[in-house]
Amino acid sequence: MRFNLYSLLRHAIGGAPWPEQWRSPEPKPAYDVVIIGAGGHGLATAYYLARDHGIRRVAVLERGWLGGGNTGRNTTVIRSNYLRDESAALYEHALQLWETLAQELNYNVMYSPRGVMMLAHSVHEAQVFKRHVHANRLNGIDNEWLTPGEAKAFCPPLNISSDLRYPILGAALQRRGGVARHDAVAWAYARGASALGVDIIQNCEVTGISRTASGAVNAVETTRGRIAARKVAVVAAGHTSVVMAMAGVRMPLESYPLQALVSEPVKPVLPCVVMSNSVHAYISQSDKGELVIGAGTDAYVSYSQAGGLHVAEHTLEAICELFPTFRRLRMLRNWGGIVDVTPDRSPIIGLTPVPGLYVNCGWGTGGFKAIPGSGHVFAATIARGEPHLIAAPFALERFVTGQLIDEAAAAAVAH
Amino acid sequence: MLLITCPWCGARPENEFRYGGEAHIARPPDPASLDDASWADFLYMRSNPKGRHAERWRHIHGCGRFFNCVRNTISDRIEATYKPGEPTPR
Repeated sequence: MRFNLYSLLRHAIGGAPWPEQWRSPEPKPAYDVVIIGAGGHGLATAYYLARDHGIRRVAVLERGWLGGGNTGRNTTVIRSNYLRDESAALYEHALQLWETLAQELNYNVMYSPRGVMMLAHSVHEAQVFKRHVHANRLNGIDNEWLTPGEAKAFCPPLNISSDLRYPILGAALQRRGGVARHDAVAWAYARGASALGVDIIQNCEVTGISRTASGAVNAVETTRGRIAARKVAVVAAGHTSVVMAMAGVRMPLESYPLQALVSEPVKPVLPCVVMSNSVHAYISQSDKGELVIGAGTDAYVSYSQAGGLHVAEHTLEAICELFPTFRRLRMLRNWGGIVDVTPDRSPIIGLTPVPGLYVNCGWGTGGFKAIPGSGHVFAATIARGEPHLIAAPFALERFVTGQLIDEAAAAAVAH
Repeated sequence: MLLITCPWCGARPENEFRYGGEAHIARPPDPASLDDASWADFLYMRSNPKGRHAERWRHIHGCGRFFNCVRNTISDRIEATYKPGEPTPR
């Protein structure tokens, strides 16, 4: 079923029930590709495998529910103003796919390019952001430097007073950056992939990865039985180390809880996304009216999907300083997701030492923005058995060769 | 916030401490003899377990000393803290 004016009228006025948007089949005994993890990255990978490479005997296995991990827990910020050429290529590829994603998938992912503004509070930070602006422009990516007055004109509730403990000296603005509706992204890819023949199997936990005598993968063991596969792709975010250990592969990853929280809904007050590294603020307003706030990671490795209250409190203190009007808002909910962080803060996309086993992980605190591009290049990597040109620098081998892609400053918040 | 027992100072709130990463990763005695893969393993590969994790903490706003800790990464419950050089509790 396609969404269009006629189908909307028919269901809204005619009262016809909406059909299920994707199938929920029983697992088949064998697939060409089994993807472990039905988050945004895994579902996008399945969609592009089917659409671009004609590989339709694909299963996406999910331990919990579709989009219930970090895809449903993040603050939905989309931008591509990364410093390094390799990262700029990857995230810009994703951003360009975002621009037409709703039309491509016939599903409103509510992509809203309202601008992402990163605040500088010190001379050093201003210099670093200006370097980012110039590096981005050389890569054909929009990013511009704003004075404090220009920043306030773009985002009126911002406090640019010199009385701030850390006054704002300027800001870098990517106008094409913005937000999208996180659940809708997972649902749209699930619907698109399912329509192309991909089986999405929820409540199916992988408990083992089976290998032949020569070492290649040939199946996964799950709570719903053994499923044979020619290729297995691990897209398990915070649990990647746990899944890869089933194939005997150690990963350069550590998993940390990352928190987010939302306020009670209010009328439109914040027109863009605002991020600040120095004081750790990270805020936007959803279309429902809630302020969506990203806090930091806990200091220690954990799978608890919670996080310490002092971490969220630290962020709220900064937000109240930058936006005095928000001081009386009450917070409605907070939650944690488990993010897998690499030593250079760049993702890992590609082949592994085990034949037939592929991995896409290490997105750390900022994977949502990359979903379309990540799925696109990872699908090509799986289909051809060799890295896609954009994915090649992000191979696991970089930790052996030393060709790291240092984006430790990229998050614009300290993690 | 965790309540962490420093082996020298006793139980203190987490924000007196700094996390020091996975414990018991010994620097190779002869780094020059390592191949690149072994060096990468020492520098970057981590066990990152879901369950028991031996890790280092430093009491930076207290005695300043490093110590080791066994914590469950599912519940965040701390099983034990112990001084450097002491064996990991079973």
